[in-house]
Amino acid sequence: MSGREMTGAAIVIKALKDQGVDTIFGYPGGAVLPIYDEIFKQEGIRHILVRHEQGAVHAAEGYARSTGKPGVVLVTSGPGATNAVTGLLDALMDSIPLVCLTGQVPTSLIGNDAFQEADTVGITRPCTKHNWLVQSADNLARTVHEAFYVATNGRPGPVVIDIPKDVQFATGTYIGPGQAVHKTYKPQVKAPTDAIAQAVAMMGAAKKPVLYTGGGVINAGPKASQLLRQLVEMTNFPITSTLMGLGAYPASGDNWLGMLGMHGTYEANNAMHDADLIVCIGARFDDRVTGRVDAFAPDAKKIHIDIDASSINKNVFVDLPVVGDCAHVLEDMIRVWRSKSVQTDKAALETWWRQVDTWRARKCLAYKKSDKTIKPQYAIERLHQLTKDRDTYITTEVGQHQMWAAQHFHFDEPNHWMTSGGLGTMGYGLPAAVGVQLAHPDALVIDIAGEASIQMMTQEMSTAIQFRLPLKVFILNNEYMGMVRQWQDLLHGGRYSQSYSEALPDFVKLAEAYGAKGIRVSDPADLDEAILEMINSPVPVIFDCLVDKKENCYPMIPSGAAHNEMILGDDEDGAEVTEEGKMLV
Amino acid sequence: MEEIIEERHTLAVLVDNEAGVLARVIGLFSGRGYNIESLTVAAVDQAAHMSRITVVTSGTPMVIQQIKAQLERLVPVHKVVDLTLQAPSVEREMALIKVACAGEKRVEALRLSDAFRARVIDTTHTSFVFEVTGAPDKLDAFIGLMRPLGLVDVSRTGVVAIARGPEAM
Ligand SMILES: Cc1ncc(C[n+]2csc(CCOP(=O)(O)OP(=O)(O)O)c2C)c(N)n1
Ligand SMILES: [Mg+2]
Repeated sequence: MSGREMTGAAIVIKALKDQGVDTIFGYPGGAVLPIYDEIFKQEGIRHILVRHEQGAVHAAEGYARSTGKPGVVLVTSGPGATNAVTGLLDALMDSIPLVCLTGQVPTSLIGNDAFQEADTVGITRPCTKHNWLVQSADNLARTVHEAFYVATNGRPGPVVIDIPKDVQFATGTYIGPGQAVHKTYKPQVKAPTDAIAQAVAMMGAAKKPVLYTGGGVINAGPKASQLLRQLVEMTNFPITSTLMGLGAYPASGDNWLGMLGMHGTYEANNAMHDADLIVCIGARFDDRVTGRVDAFAPDAKKIHIDIDASSINKNVFVDLPVVGDCAHVLEDMIRVWRSKSVQTDKAALETWWRQVDTWRARKCLAYKKSDKTIKPQYAIERLHQLTKDRDTYITTEVGQHQMWAAQHFHFDEPNHWMTSGGLGTMGYGLPAAVGVQLAHPDALVIDIAGEASIQMMTQEMSTAIQFRLPLKVFILNNEYMGMVRQWQDLLHGGRYSQSYSEALPDFVKLAEAYGAKGIRVSDPADLDEAILEMINSPVPVIFDCLVDKKENCYPMIPSGAAHNEMILGDDEDGAEVTEEGKMLV
Repeated sequence: MEEIIEERHTLAVLVDNEAGVLARVIGLFSGRGYNIESLTVAAVDQAAHMSRITVVTSGTPMVIQQIKAQLERLVPVHKVVDLTLQAPSVEREMALIKVACAGEKRVEALRLSDAFRARVIDTTHTSFVFEVTGAPDKLDAFIGLMRPLGLVDVSRTGVVAIARGPEAM
C-alpha cells in the first residue's frame, strides 16, 4: 500500500483534517462503525457525542454560525439519517454551511430494504444544497473536498455525503483539497461595475431611503459587517434588519431602527412602507418581512444585493438586482461612492429622520411593568443588562420568547445570535448552544427558551454535562405554547386548543437529575440576583423563569396585513385579519 | 385582480451526467409548483459526461425568470438557456401513432399521413404505426385527425430544441 492508498474510512478522516475540521458532532451506528474506528485511532479531531441526531445538526449549526466555519456531522444510516433531516432543512433555510456524513448499507444491499436502509440522498435532496452517494473509495476524497467547497461557497448551505459501509472498508487513493476543483459550481461573488454604479447613483438621489439587511451580511463574514457600518456612516441612512441579520449593524448604533417584519418595530416597518428607496443587502423579502406583498413598500425603488440570483424577484419585483457577495458589493459601493464624492440629499434626509423620530416616539416595544409577576420582556431586558459587558452568545428556541429576545436583547456584534429563522424549529436552541459553547469555551452562552420548545431537545443537557459545557438555558416559562395561544387569540376566538403546557416537569429537579444546576424565580424583585447566580455558575444551568402567563408579543403585523397596519398592543385595534390572512401561517 | 399572463418557454439545460441529476431537476419543478409541459433528456457528450435536458414550461415572466435562476443554482447544472427568450430556435418532437381501422378509414389515414409527411413504420391488415416529426402543434393536429379514424395508442418523445445560427448554447 503506497502512502496515498488507504481505506475509505481513513480517507474520510484525512480529508476532514485537510479541510481544517477540529470538531465533529455525531452519533454512531452499524453503518458508520469503520469511520468511528478511525476516529478512535486518531487525535486532532474531537467527536462530540450528542443524544439525538437532530441535536448533532443543530449543534453543528451553532458551531458554524458562531465561527463562520462549516459544521460537520456524522450519523448512521436509516434512522440516524432521518433524524438529521429537520436539522438539514433548518440549515438550508438559514443558509448555514454544514457537511453531514451519513452511513449507508453496503452497495450490494442498496434497494433491498436492508436493515436500517433509507434512501438518504432521495430524502435529503430537497433539504440540502447538494448531496452525493459515494460508490467507490476512489471517489471519496474528491467528494469530501467538493462537499466543503459547495457548502461554503456561494450561498452557504448543508450538504450530505452518503457512504455505503463497503466503501468505508474498501481501499482507495487519497487526493488533497487542491486537486479537487469543481467543474460546474462557480458562484459570482463580484457584481458588475455598472450595477454598483447604478446602486450608488440611486442611493445618492434618495430622499427617504432605508437599508434592509439580513443573514447574508453575517454569512459574508465579519468584514461585511464592518463595511456595512461604514456605509451607514457615509450615507446616514436608517437601517433595519431581519431576524437573521441582527448584530451586523450594532443595535446601539444611532441609525438602528430595530428589527423589521411581523414582530418588528413600528419605526422599521413604517420606514419600509414609506421609503422611496430600499436597499436590501443579503435578505430575501420573505413573507415574515413583507407582510401583504401587494401593499409592500408601494413607493419604493428597490435594490437587491444577494449572492443567490434565485432570491431576486422571487417574492417582490426589484428595480436593480445586484448579484454578488455582500462583502464584495459593499466594498465596491463604498469605493465608488468615495471616488465619485457622492453627496446625499441632506435636507431630504433630515426631514426623513424627523419622520422616523416621530415613529420612534411611539415606543412600540414598551410594555406594562409589574412588580408582582415577571414580564417576559423585563426578564430579557435584565438578562441583556446583566450580560452585555461579557462575551455573550444567545441562541433561542421558537415562539414568543424568541421574538422577545430579538426585540429586547440588543446585539452589537455579528455571529453572536443564533436562531432558527426560516424553518422555525422548536428544539434548535439547546443543541445550538452546545455547538456555540464548544467553539467558544470561555464565552457566556445562553439559550433563551420556552417551556414547550425546550422539551423537544432536553436530552442535549446530557451532552453539555459530558463535555463540561457551562451553557445556560433561560426558560421564559409561561405554561403555554405562547405563540400558538397568541394566534388562537387573534384568529380562533381565544379557544386554546392544545396550547396549554400541561404536566410540565420540575425544571429545577430536571437540571439536577442531569447533574446541572437548577434555579427558579417568580418574583421580579429576585430576578437580578438569580440571573447573576446563573451567570456566575461554572456549570450548566437550567433557569426556570416563571413569567406572566398571558402576555402577548407586540408589535405585530397580523398575517395578510401591510407594514403600516401594525397592532401595537392588546387593547389596540389594528388591522382585522382578513379571510385571506387566516390562510397564511 | 390583475390578469396574470402565462407564457410558454422552452429551456435548454446542460447538466453533468451524474446520478440523481434528473430527480433534482424534476424535484425542483414539483417542489416549487412549476409546470412541466414536456421534458426530454439524453446524454449529448459521453466523453464530457454531459446531458441535455429540454423543458417546456409555462408561467408568468417572473416565474419563468425564477425557474431559470433556480435551475442555474443546482450544483450539477452547467448552463441554462431560455430558447424562447434568448434566440430564435427550432423545436421538434417525434410521435409514434397507432391507428386501427379498415376500409375507407384506412385509405383516409394513409392520405392524411402523406400530407403530414408521416412514415408508416409498421402495418398489419387492421392497423398502422405512423412516425411523425414536427412542432408539437403539428403532432397535436395529426393526432386529432387520427382520432375518428381509429386512434388507439400514442407515444411522444417530448420537445427537443436548439437555437438557430452557428453558435453553441
Ligand atoms: C418543531 C415545531 N413544532 C411546532 C411548531 C409550532 N410552534 C411555533 S411556536 C410554538 C409554541 C412554542 O411554545 P414555547 O416554547 O413555550 O414558547 P412561547 O411561545 O411560549 O414563548 C409552536 C408549537 C414549531 N415552530 N416547531
Ligand atoms: Mg411557553
